[in-house]
Amino acid sequence: MKKLMLIFAALVLSTVANAAPLRVFSCEPEWSALIAEIAGDRVNIYTATTGRQDVHKIQPRPSLMAAARRADLVVCTGADFEIGWLPVLLRQAGNPRIQPGSTGYIEAAMLVDRIDIPTRLDRAEGDLHPQGNPHVQLDARNIAPIARVLAERLGELDPGNRAFFEQRLADFSARWNEAIPRWEGRAAPLKGVPVIQHEMDFNYLTRWLGMPNVAMLEPKAGLPPTAAHLAGLLEQQKREPAKVIVRAPYQDARASNWLSERTQVPATALPTTIGGTSGAQDLFSLFDDAIDRLLSAVAD
Amino acid sequence: MSLFRSGAIAASFLLAPAVYAQAIATPAGILSGANAFNPAISLIMTGQYADLSEEPDGYRIGGFLAGGEHGHGFGPGERGFGLGRTELAISANIDPFFRGEAYITFDSHGGAEVEQGYVTTLALPSGLTARFGRYLSGIGYVNEQHEDFWDFVDAPLAYKALLGTQYRHDGVQLKWIAPTDLFIELGVEGGKGLGFPASEESVKNGFSSGAAYLHLGGDVGDSHSWRAGGAYLRTRADERENDNIDINDPDALVEFAFTGKSRVWVADFVWKWAPLGNPSVRNFIFQAEYIQRKESGELAYDDTAGSGALGALSDRFRASQSGWYAQAVYQFMPRWRAGVRYDRVDSGTVEYAAPVLADYEPERKTAMVDFSPSEFSRFRLQYARDESRPNLPDTQIYLQYIVSVGAHGAHRF
Repeated sequence: MKKLMLIFAALVLSTVANAAPLRVFSCEPEWSALIAEIAGDRVNIYTATTGRQDVHKIQPRPSLMAAARRADLVVCTGADFEIGWLPVLLRQAGNPRIQPGSTGYIEAAMLVDRIDIPTRLDRAEGDLHPQGNPHVQLDARNIAPIARVLAERLGELDPGNRAFFEQRLADFSARWNEAIPRWEGRAAPLKGVPVIQHEMDFNYLTRWLGMPNVAMLEPKAGLPPTAAHLAGLLEQQKREPAKVIVRAPYQDARASNWLSERTQVPATALPTTIGGTSGAQDLFSLFDDAIDRLLSAVAD
Repeated sequence: MSLFRSGAIAASFLLAPAVYAQAIATPAGILSGANAFNPAISLIMTGQYADLSEEPDGYRIGGFLAGGEHGHGFGPGERGFGLGRTELAISANIDPFFRGEAYITFDSHGGAEVEQGYVTTLALPSGLTARFGRYLSGIGYVNEQHEDFWDFVDAPLAYKALLGTQYRHDGVQLKWIAPTDLFIELGVEGGKGLGFPASEESVKNGFSSGAAYLHLGGDVGDSHSWRAGGAYLRTRADERENDNIDINDPDALVEFAFTGKSRVWVADFVWKWAPLGNPSVRNFIFQAEYIQRKESGELAYDDTAGSGALGALSDRFRASQSGWYAQAVYQFMPRWRAGVRYDRVDSGTVEYAAPVLADYEPERKTAMVDFSPSEFSRFRLQYARDESRPNLPDTQIYLQYIVSVGAHGAHRF
């Protein structure tokens, strides 16, 4: 036992010293992309999930634990989006730099106004998020304020590159603020177009573009669509037809295809983040692609 | 700047893990008054209907010193309807340095037990985490898993026969994660073992039980992930009492009391598949463990209350015994999973004054289907053919429910 303890201590001590570029652990690809816009290649970015994964269902895999162990900064959506795995990583990774409340921890959703904050918290209503809808990245107007906080925090953790981060932030913000009216102009035909969503993933996008949500394929948040609920939607469609059915790439396509076949309303998968579709390569093309997909679905 | 400020304030007050229970009490997120620091609380309730072809009170594992000081979950449970465990979990950060968690279980007959109650460090650097209190040992894979996370109603036979279902320590644990892309975790722990294969009573001052383990893990592409581990556990027993079926008379029981040391080696492997890393619709889990245990010391044997064939003996005892299981669970559509498990344990080699343990290789075949209406509820139907007892195959059918109320629990790999 004593010998084991000594080997253990030697291993631990051998790894204490380090001085390398800042390591960022980003929970979702959109935050990785935003950090890359600000920091270029002067930070090391690890992305925990992909655009094809349902972030809520992720498990604290060994690979994630190993990455959290070495991170200097954690950037996640927050608002309970990663509640099943992020708290476990933070507690078990043995890394005080990234604990909630420390400089190395940012929850992006908490930096902007959230919608869908439940007025009645009861699990009978499904898997509710007490702090509101976490998918804030899909309202383009939320991105620049979050970028500003990220740049300041990166500068705090890596003062040597502070000016570099600020200059890139200014450049990004200018390009972003030009892009917003361009997207709004392109999406003008979508205004007032009624939409059915799989869950509540696109509420920020539909609110921004002025598209009314008429129904959800899931009967309650987090509960897979049921035959009875879909049959009810079919009836409802006869009275107030929607123009498009949207789902995230990681959501089961069967429910939206079923309803689409019977109502002739087009169904489409929209990216919720970078990598969700082949067209969504960075933050700019994410919105280009989402709006293009909506426009082409509605035009059909 | 003002945004950053409010962000920092939000980060320091709103985002502590303890806040999850909080937000439920105050949807607007306004924290105020004496309740603002309430910990996260969740309650897990389980129950089952069991149809067992053989008398559950007579359950023993042939060829092993098993029974007696075994804990909860050793036998197949009661026949008919029964309440399972009710578990109350309470956790919160204690201060910037420590986090406290307690799991209190109530069994269906009114007994309550602090199944786990431990303090974990939050502020140690360099990948280190220390824990003290009562905790499930980090050896193996199933050992550290809470019962309600198991993919089957009961523990693998190898765990029942060799580790007393789940092995716990009252003591300390130190874990270290290496700064590498490959997940490498080293753990050492020690203290007093709670029950089999240690004895219930403390043997001496200092450490009477200690373990060390290594976990490796990683991803292969987007769709596959794995973890493998190796562990060593050493315990002492002082008059550890067990009984088993008398090999000279299948209707009688004999008493054993073992004093000596046990050394246990565990190898475990888990492989998970989810298409593109997205487990919501379909996923697959394969898991297998091998356990070997060597015991040496003094064994007292007594059959005077039963057959009286050998009377009361006490002599040197050495045994080398092992067991393994492999299981596969497939989620074939949202909410529905099916799984199979094969268990085998081997009574191995036993040296004693006279043959007192059956030379036997118990085995069990299990199949299950479960349905989870939501993340917070699960119903499971399980069928098993359990040949733990020589010449007495038991057909076990369970219908089980597991539900959780309160704070959203953590997922587990």
